Order: sequence, then C-alpha cells, then structure tokens
Amino acid sequence: MTDHVSLRSGAYADSVTLLQVSKQVAATPGVREAQVAMATPLNLETLAVMGFDVPADASPNDMVVALRLESASLDDAMAAVDAALAAASAPRASGDTSVAPPRTTASALRDAPAGTIVMVSVPGPSAFVEAMDAVEAGHDVMVFSDNVPLEQEVALKEAAAARDVLVMGPDCGTAVVGGVGLGFANVVRPGPIGIVAASGTGTQQVLALLDQVGVGVSAALGVGGRDLSAAVGGRSTRTALARLDADPQTTHVVLVSKPPAAEIADGITAYAASLSVPVELALLSPDTDLTGRTEALLASLDLPAAPWRRWGEPEEAGGPGALRGLFVGGTLCDEAMLIASATLGEIRSNIPLAGGDALDAAAVLAGDLGDAHAMIDFGDDALTVGRAHPMIDPSLRLAALARTAADPATAVVLLDVVLGHGAEPDPAAALAPAIADARAVAVAEHGRTLPVVVTLVGTAADPQDLERQAAALVSAGAYVFSSNAEATRHAVALTAVPAPVPTAGELR
Amino acid sequence: MTAAPTVVTVGTSLLADAIDDQAVSARRVDWQPPVPGTADDLATVAADPLRAAANARAVDAYLGVTAQLVDVLPASEALGLRPGDFLHAGPPITWERASGPMRGALMGAAAFEGIVADAEEAPAFFESGAGYTLDPCHHHHAVGPMAGIISPSMWVFVLEDASTGARTYCSLNEGLGKVLRYGAYSEDVLARLRWMSSVLGPVLQRAVRAAGPVDITALLAQMLQMGDEAHNRNRAGTLMLLRDLVPAMIRSGSRAGDVADAVAFVGGNDHFFLNLAMPACKLALDAARDIEGSTMVVAMARNGTDFGIQVSGTGDQWFTGPAQVADGLYLGSYGPDDANPDIGDSAITETAGIGGFAMATAPAIVRLVGGSVPDALATTRRMGEIALAENPRWTIPVLEFAGTPTGIDVARVCRTGILPQINTGMAGRVAGTGQVGAGLVTPPAEIFPAALAALAERARRRAR
Repeated sequence: MTDHVSLRSGAYADSVTLLQVSKQVAATPGVREAQVAMATPLNLETLAVMGFDVPADASPNDMVVALRLESASLDDAMAAVDAALAAASAPRASGDTSVAPPRTTASALRDAPAGTIVMVSVPGPSAFVEAMDAVEAGHDVMVFSDNVPLEQEVALKEAAAARDVLVMGPDCGTAVVGGVGLGFANVVRPGPIGIVAASGTGTQQVLALLDQVGVGVSAALGVGGRDLSAAVGGRSTRTALARLDADPQTTHVVLVSKPPAAEIADGITAYAASLSVPVELALLSPDTDLTGRTEALLASLDLPAAPWRRWGEPEEAGGPGALRGLFVGGTLCDEAMLIASATLGEIRSNIPLAGGDALDAAAVLAGDLGDAHAMIDFGDDALTVGRAHPMIDPSLRLAALARTAADPATAVVLLDVVLGHGAEPDPAAALAPAIADARAVAVAEHGRTLPVVVTLVGTAADPQDLERQAAALVSAGAYVFSSNAEATRHAVALTAVPAPVPTAGELR
Repeated sequence: MTAAPTVVTVGTSLLADAIDDQAVSARRVDWQPPVPGTADDLATVAADPLRAAANARAVDAYLGVTAQLVDVLPASEALGLRPGDFLHAGPPITWERASGPMRGALMGAAAFEGIVADAEEAPAFFESGAGYTLDPCHHHHAVGPMAGIISPSMWVFVLEDASTGARTYCSLNEGLGKVLRYGAYSEDVLARLRWMSSVLGPVLQRAVRAAGPVDITALLAQMLQMGDEAHNRNRAGTLMLLRDLVPAMIRSGSRAGDVADAVAFVGGNDHFFLNLAMPACKLALDAARDIEGSTMVVAMARNGTDFGIQVSGTGDQWFTGPAQVADGLYLGSYGPDDANPDIGDSAITETAGIGGFAMATAPAIVRLVGGSVPDALATTRRMGEIALAENPRWTIPVLEFAGTPTGIDVARVCRTGILPQINTGMAGRVAGTGQVGAGLVTPPAEIFPAALAALAERARRRAR
C-alpha cells in the first residue's frame, strides 16, 4: 500500500465535479482510495483524517490529488485522474433531451390558446379526473371514454355549467368542431346544419345522408348517451344548443337522441323552441327514424331527398327464421330494433328496447339465442371493458358472425359498417371474407342462402373510400344500404319470406 | 365554432392519429395509469367543490408572502425555549427511534447547553426520558437543516412577513464537514457553537437591526438567476447577504476582530444562506396552511428515521413513511453503507419550488449524481407536472424565465407517479461522524396516496 499526494497549482474544477472524479478514480482497479479536491482547509482536514500526509504549502487555489494504491502503478492511477478530469470537462452531446410530453391534461393546457378542445379517451375510472382539468381550465372537452360512473358525469357537467364549458360525453363517439372530426367522425363539407346528438353513430348516419345530397354541417356536438336522462337533466344538450344558436354559420339544428326521460322532455323541447335557430327533433321512436327526420330537414330547406344509395342486388331469400343484427353502432342497433319490432315483435338484445330483458355479455359471447330475433350492440360498455371499440377491433363481431351463420335459426343477417376517421382503415378487408364464409357455411350446413344486409355509413371523402368498401361487401354477397332504416326494413321483409333452395352457382 | 381548433388528446393514440390525419396537430398527453389504488380517491378529490378555489387561495397566499430578515435572537428569546427544550427536524420522534446523526446532534446540544458535562453522558440522560422535551421545529414556526436541533442558547434568524407580521425561525449555519447538524459533537464542534452564540449571533443582530430588514424573498429571486438553487448551492445568496450586511457590521460597534471573524466565517461557508432560504420558504408555505379542500403540500421534512409531509387541507396531520438513503457522491472514503437515511427540514425548499425543483438554474451542481445539464432542465420541467402553479417572482433564465414549480399537488403526484426530487446532504449513520456526502433523494412513495385518502375522506364527509 503506497500513498501519493501531489498538488496541481492553478488547476480548478468545482467541488461536485471533483467528487465525481474522485469516485471514478477510486473505482480504478488497484486504487484503494482517491481524493481529488481543491485544497481548502476542510478538504485538507478530510485528507488528514483519511491518513494522508498533507503538504504544508497547499493553498485553496491548488488542486490536491491524493491516492492510496494497492496494486496499481502511480502512472496508471495518475492517468485515471487525468482521464476523469478530461471527461468531466468535455462537452456533453447537444440537443434538448429535457422536454418531455405533458403528463396530465392540466399540464398540456398550460398556455393553451382559448378554444382549445380536449379529447379524453383514457379508461373510464380515470376519465373524470382528466376531463375536470379541461373544465377547470375553461376548455370544452369531449369524453370518448365509456364506463364513467353516472355521478361523475353529473359532477363534471355541473362544474362545466358553472364555467360555460361544453362537455361532450362521456361515451361520446363522434363530434365535428371547426371542420375537425373528433373520435369516430366522417369527413364532411362545411355547411349550415348544426347537429346536437346523444348518439355517436346516429350523428354519423345523419352526416352521411346529408353528405350524399351535398349538404354540409357547421358542427356536430355530441352530448353523451345519458345526457337526456333524468339524472343528468340535459345539461350538455342545452349548452350545445345555445352554442349553435349563437353560431352565425348555423341556420338549422338537428337534435338526435333517444326520446328524453319524461321528466325533462318538456323542458328540453321548450328550450329548443325558445332559440332563434329552428331545431328539428330527431328523437328515435317506433314512428321516427333518422332517415325520415333527415328527409324532413331537407324538405324544410326546400331540398329534395335523393333516393338513398344502395349497392348490390336484393335476394329473394331469407326466412322463415330469425333476424340477427350484429352492430358496432349503438344507435344504429337501437333504430333497427325500433323498426323491426313493429313487425317481428320482441327482439332480444344486450341493449333491449324499454321493457325487454337484457342479454348479458356472457350470453352475447355464447351466442345461444334459440330461435329468437336478436340484435347485438358490440360497442356497448359491457363489451368494451379493457378492449377497443368494435369500430377499431372487429374481432368479437367477426366471431359472432361465424356463429350466427352456423346457427340453423338464423334467416337473415343485418350488419353495419361505419367509416370515418378513427375507425378501422379498411373494415371490408376482414368483414367481406367473413360474410362470404358465413354465406358458404349456411349453404353447406343448412342448404340455404343466407341474405346479408349491410348499412354502410360513410361519406365520399372518408379515408376508407366509400365506393371501394361498398364494392368489396357486394362482391362478398351483401346487399348494401346507406340508410339504416331502409336496410332494416329490407331485412325484416326478407325474414318473413320462405327460403328457396340455393342454386349451384351459389354453392361455390 | 368554424375555426379549426387546437386539440389536446389524452388516451388512445389512435384517436390522436386520426386528428393528425386531418392536418390538425394534436398535443398529446403522455398519460399513464395513476398510482395503484388511488383512482377512486382521485375522482373524489377532483369532484370536491372546494378544491379548485382552495388551491388557488393556497397558491395566492404562498405567493403573497415577502420574507424579511428582521432580527437575530437567542432561541430562548425568539421561541421561548427553556433549558431542556430541544427542537428537531422532521416529524415527531423519540430518542428511542432517533437515528445516529439525530442522536449525535442531541448529545452535542445537551453538552452545549451544559445539561451534561460531556456529550458521552447524554445518551443516559435522554434514555431516562426525564428533564427534557423533544418537539419538531415545524410545530414552532421553525425549521432546521439536517438534524435541525435548536436549543435555547443557540441563536436564530427571525423572518417576518411584512403584510401579516407572521414569523418563522431558523438556526445559524455552522458550515460543512464535522458539524452538529450532521450529528458531530466533538469539542471543536461545540467550540464553534459557543463562538456562534457569543460572537456571530450578536454581530449579526447588531448589523440586521442597523441595516434594517433584508428582503430574503428578493435575494432568492436574484440567487436563482445566479446559479443557486438555494438548497445545495447558496453561494451567490451568501455573498449577497454579506454585501447587504457588511457595512452595517462594520459600523455597528462590534469589535473589528469579531466582525472580521464573522465575515470570514460567513464568506467561507457557501451554505450560510441556506438557513435563510429555509425559513423564507417556511414563511410562505405557512401562509398556505389550513385551507379546507386544498391538496397543496405545505411541508416535507425528515428526522432521519421518518419522512413526513403536511398538506394544506388536512391541518397539522403528518403523513409519514421510512426516510430513504440518498443517491449521490461520497466524501473521502465514505460509501453508501456509511450514510444515514434522509434527514432535515431543508426539503422545505423543494416544497416551495426551489432546491431540486429549480435544478435547471444550477447547472454547476448537476454532476452531484452524475447527471447532465439536460437532466437538470428535465427535472425542473418534470416537477412542473406535479405543481399547481409557477412562481412569477422566482424565475429560471435558461427556461425562458419560466417560474419555479410552485405548490406540490398531492393529487398530481398520485396521478403521474412523479415524486418530488430533493437535493440533500448525507449525514453519517454513526453518531459523531458528520457529513459523508450529498445527492438526490425522493420521499417514500406511499405517503402521497395516504394524504390523498385523508383529503378524499374529508371531502366525502363534507358531501354527506
């Protein structure tokens, strides 16, 4: 063991750097202890305590190097000192690695310009906290997340009302603001129609039909499926209607929803009537469907409602048997049930019409429906816990389609395909082969043609290419409608028709 | 309604991508699930109708304080301490649970006060449990670095908020190395303490009284622009204090030799100003206390055994967990086994948004843990994620004069999992050792969910 102490006059590094240098040198093999420091009285005392002989002529402006060597040579140890000092003073790689993305909505909104909109799609239990950040900062917020507790929705909307902030959601799938689609939104042209909707796919149906006749929208403001319930009391609906009333671009407003809770229906209707902008109520009921209300709106604008587009050819096939609807859009499912039940009676569902017993998620996944008519909404909360919405992840519905085709009770299958931003980039890529397979299975196992009727909701400018999607579905054997109401009526009619024996060509 | 909006997205990246596809830039939140088990309490606290206004009030109260050094007094006079009274750092502790450096400092203080003839006799005295009181500094409007022992004969700085007259207190800094606050109690340590009480304190008292109040809040603002973060680097602040006091020291009638000794002592101790930064932070944070519904942390303190926090909306309740050992660099031949767990009230600086929170302004000390300058900038920005506001008076030039992160929010700590970063010195584990190093440390993670649960419980009770 040998000690070595030397002074370097005029050398300087700050104490923290020298601590680091000392640590590095001490880690050199064969070096037992190392202390590189400015020769201040404190540091010299530290060296003395360590047992080093401290040079008498050291001044605080000298750098002292003290080494206690086991096996290393003095030259190697001094080389380590020089290397560590050089490394400590070398410039670091440049480039700002210190800016990280914000970790909370509140942080992201610091210095955000007025009019910034927040979109929340975190898991339900955390959505309220993020949305409150937006409300407290005075920004409108769209809550795409579902599984948000009702009392949190009420608290969020109470806070928003106090600050004149619009809360779209929770469980708001679609909005269009300032020409930007949020969530699942179709590409639409600007125009005079404002939409307020408690329903995402209902909004998309109206957007798509309007686009088909060249009518654009100023905004589509979602409010969440529970907004018009008694508990929530239509808070967001009122705010959204007021926003559109104040918007000079908006000449007509459509309010899309299931019928409001009886307790608040009069209030909302009266509020809508009090505005200067005319409000068309499109409240789904056995007598009211979205296509019909869109036609009424166009009539009030003195615009003709075109015959809504269809792709493919009808089949003279089907029942008798069960109508099975497999939907990704909750409102499209609802609308189909309202229309079909008028003719077919009870429809089993996980989101049944008033008075019906709900199928639970397990029953939906098992697919054992007997000979009942049934319509399933795969976008319902219970089927999206811990998984993506079926417009993003179609696997549950594709599996159900195969089961449905194999079920001898199935006479007609009704499907929806919803295009637009946020949805699958090419839904027909998986669905068209699945439709073809389903039809082949029906022929092979049950010896009959299985008609597949599809509602295709989309606009000409949607990224998925509306025409290409329609063509792929038609070539798989589907009959494709742009109106969900028309598609449903067609499917209901087929359900009652006796099935013919398939021809050889269809066995292919 | 028709102009394309700016969009902030939090959640599924696919939905943010869909916005980017429309040629609108989505500002994305890097959201991660909250600390496990906190989601319900976070929602309850977020829904608390008092919270937003309570936090705004707490921040305003904090920012409204101007801390002025108005006097220097013996602790017996300033704090009413009587022989046998000892104040200590951190949450409450007993001799039995006290760590080495806390015991060493108590032993030295007992000898300094003449309660025992020799420090080595002090353990028996403290074990007897009679003839003394042990109380946190924080319970007396005071703070103390490291062991934080204040006994009646020690002198303290007196800081006052000009607008309210509220006061806080802190001992005088002894320097580095073998010092009482790091648990050393040898004769030279006690001799220095005696000189501080007989010479330094009176010299400073005459100077402060003659020079008039010194605006410590303003000095802190200047320090932050001069490379001090006011916890582990106080060099500029110390020299500015001398600038402000030396003329009065010379004129105040103190002996020239004493003035020279005092100036040399203060000037030779880069940390002297720490003991002014700490009570200034304490004074500002005390103004934010006891606001029902506020989730703002008003104290973080360690006694060498426990790390504790207090929160504005939960009164004087401490939420404690085991103090951690700092990660850092060691003096001489000391190593991690020699270090005591985290100790001291000096984390009041981080609580107030400086120290580790202002690391970006002190690049000279970023290598304390082998860090880089970008790390320092990132640290200050990261601390901004758990802070309620920025301090408009305390700004950081290299961050375009952004204000220091102000008001640690218990809820945001639980939401992000980001823990406050504290710059700290390390005391030796064995009583009598002194300082063994310096580095970075965080609080034990579990105390923030515990504080959140208490806030949520109060909110639920109020809602009933």
